[in-house]
Amino acid sequence: MMAEAGLAALWLAAAMALLQLVGGMTLLRGGAGQLVPLIKPAAYVQGALCAFAFLALMWLFYVTDLSVLLVASNSHIDKPLIFKLAGTWGNHEGSMLLWVSVLSVSGAAIALLEKRIESKTLNATLAVQAFIALGFFAFLLFASNPFERLVPAPVEGNGLNPLLQDVGLAFHPPTLYFGYVGLSIAFSFAVGALLTNQVGPAFARAMRPWVLAAWIFLTIGITAGSYWAYYELGWGGWWFWDPVENASLLPWLAATALLHSVSVLATRNALRAWTIMLALVAFAMSMAGTFLVRSGILTSVHAFAVDPERGAFILALMLIYTSLAFVIFALRIGSVKQGEPFQLISREGGIVANNIFLSVILAVVLIGTLYPLAAEAMGDKISVGPPYFNKATVPIAVLLMLALLIGPMLRWRRDDLKRLKYWLIGGAAILLCSGIAVWKFAPDVGLFPLLGIALSLALAVAAWLPLRGRKLLRTPLPIFGMVIAHFGIAVSVFGMAAESGFSSETLTALAPGESAEIAGWQVKLDDVNPVVGDNWVAIEGELQAVKNGNSFVLRPQSRQFFKPEMQTSEAALLTRWNGQLYAVIAQPDQEGDGRWQVRLWWKPFVPFIWYGGLLIAVGGIIALLGRMFRRAKKPAKSKWQTS
Amino acid sequence: MNRPWLLWIPLAVVAFIGGLAMYGLAVPKDEQVHSAMIGQKLPAFSLPAATAGVEGLASGDMADGKPRLLNIFASWCLPCKAEAPYLEALKKAGIEIDAIAIRDRPEDVAAFLNEFGNPFRRIGSDSEMAVQLKLGSSGVPETYVIGGDGTILYQHIGDIRAEHVPMLIEKVNAAK
Repeated sequence: MMAEAGLAALWLAAAMALLQLVGGMTLLRGGAGQLVPLIKPAAYVQGALCAFAFLALMWLFYVTDLSVLLVASNSHIDKPLIFKLAGTWGNHEGSMLLWVSVLSVSGAAIALLEKRIESKTLNATLAVQAFIALGFFAFLLFASNPFERLVPAPVEGNGLNPLLQDVGLAFHPPTLYFGYVGLSIAFSFAVGALLTNQVGPAFARAMRPWVLAAWIFLTIGITAGSYWAYYELGWGGWWFWDPVENASLLPWLAATALLHSVSVLATRNALRAWTIMLALVAFAMSMAGTFLVRSGILTSVHAFAVDPERGAFILALMLIYTSLAFVIFALRIGSVKQGEPFQLISREGGIVANNIFLSVILAVVLIGTLYPLAAEAMGDKISVGPPYFNKATVPIAVLLMLALLIGPMLRWRRDDLKRLKYWLIGGAAILLCSGIAVWKFAPDVGLFPLLGIALSLALAVAAWLPLRGRKLLRTPLPIFGMVIAHFGIAVSVFGMAAESGFSSETLTALAPGESAEIAGWQVKLDDVNPVVGDNWVAIEGELQAVKNGNSFVLRPQSRQFFKPEMQTSEAALLTRWNGQLYAVIAQPDQEGDGRWQVRLWWKPFVPFIWYGGLLIAVGGIIALLGRMFRRAKKPAKSKWQTS
Repeated sequence: MNRPWLLWIPLAVVAFIGGLAMYGLAVPKDEQVHSAMIGQKLPAFSLPAATAGVEGLASGDMADGKPRLLNIFASWCLPCKAEAPYLEALKKAGIEIDAIAIRDRPEDVAAFLNEFGNPFRRIGSDSEMAVQLKLGSSGVPETYVIGGDGTILYQHIGDIRAEHVPMLIEKVNAAK
């Protein structure tokens, strides 16, 4: 019964979306047609129906209703409750339902809360939103119905892919989805404003919280995904330039650029066409990301999510939305008036530099990700890996960091570098001294780790400078947010540079009782024991790591699986504040002398990469809270801003 | 804007990427890794007989001026059993076939030949997969077309099915 109710709700929600779309079209034809007043109520109803449909599916997973095909094939009566519930979105149909539900509920929220933009623009935005939703409704109802029944119902259910039974992984995909959906809302705002010719500060202020929220989710999703790959895949790397990793990085880069340019539009009424362009690109990138993950046209570690037919559907949706949007862009952007002028040395100028560098990185990553596909079309088979991506992106990232050292301190409209001369000299001194110190300490460290450490130290100071001369209690929260996010970048870059420049590695053969040394750690192999698991047997080393009188035990394993026959290394990690000790044990040494091969890494400051990522997200959250508070406190302000 | 055509560039980029993606979806994926040895001379090897009654195989045996097939198989491999009738068909068509048995035991090879027939002129025993690796072969079964001068001309990955037989005959005959 619940399944049928959910399905009916989906159909009705699709009808509501259609009503919104038709209403929006009559609106744009100039007529104040009778359907126009229905757009907002339709958005409320659509949001409520979608929320109901999603909760209905969640309920079916909660009670494990095995007469529903999706539940039967993705759940099991004996599964822990948390994974039962996570099963709701841990599969294709459910995740698409989550997508469209978030989209619809956000549409309702816009209709309910957004008072700053003209009602015509708001209605057009809701119509675009409904147009996007309709594509996903069609996808759900015709190609992947989550409520399909299974006759006869099985007794137990299949269970979720065990690889996905991990709390982190249960929440990683929905986090990215929230980010993608948030960008779709920015897209709707942009197209709505373009259609009604209302590209201005009011539109930017309305769009900004959605961009910010989307960006926060993407940041958290990428940081968590990077850590998961680091400890779970056991290769000791934190970023592989895998196509699916790139698929989440591309929208993040676009969203980061958009986040900055939308501030310029909101504050200074400049960068109008560019902001619209970025909003379209950001959503196109998030659709491309979904497509790359789901279609499997590029070989990746995420191959478990692959289905080519559904990929074709998502591709079709992506092409329809983005090409229509770019057609509207090309036709209408000419009517968008030139924004306010500004000089090169100004806050606007700094943000333009940020946007240019981010866009170049985006283009470089996009080209690298798609190149194998293009090469294959020309009969060549290649894969593009870290050597290309590192070489091509890191120099631009260095320029981006340099811009970040100065940009936030500049004044709007026009500024003079002379005003900042003390900081410019101080910053250059930090760069130079830390560069020389690193070079003295480790002459063969390589240019980029050296630059990375120098830049991150300078940025760690520079990030706080915008607070200088302000009364802290009266400083707006978004300023704090910016400062913390920029500091997070310094922390993260420091971790990346230290890890890539100063990791030490040693491979030795130890008999029980013998020790090895790495980066000041005394690591002794105490014992080697066999252990057994469900479908594997393993040898487990007991390593005692001692440094400065502190002693820790690490237990790396070498596992032998039976079905399929496979050998894996389960690394053991010891996290200290200033780095990680990473231990792997392999097979007995060849000579049969009772020794075991042990591989040890000391990765200095590697956790900083993820601490930094979290700080960046925290900065975003503080800025978002600040925007919401400010709005709640001063509702009167919006009246004179909308004109 | 004085150059309005610039505004259509984003659309062109979308169209290009869309076209690429459609191509990527439409073209069946070829996940096989082909040997880097194609076009080169056979690596030098000399393998003992895999079972009593059939001679072993050395690289020199295949550089006698006559093109033939080299089949990589194992008695423990199921697709190798499936392709046995088509190897037989190739032999009937006058193609000479040599073989390398991978990680096999003489008695198992004998049982395999008893059950499925013996289409092979010679069978070398590669108990440590050393020659297989040198050939750039990544699994069993695989079949190579070897030219009369001992050059590796073509690699067929996976079992031979009915539709592959005429193609292989043609490739061997073309090498004559």
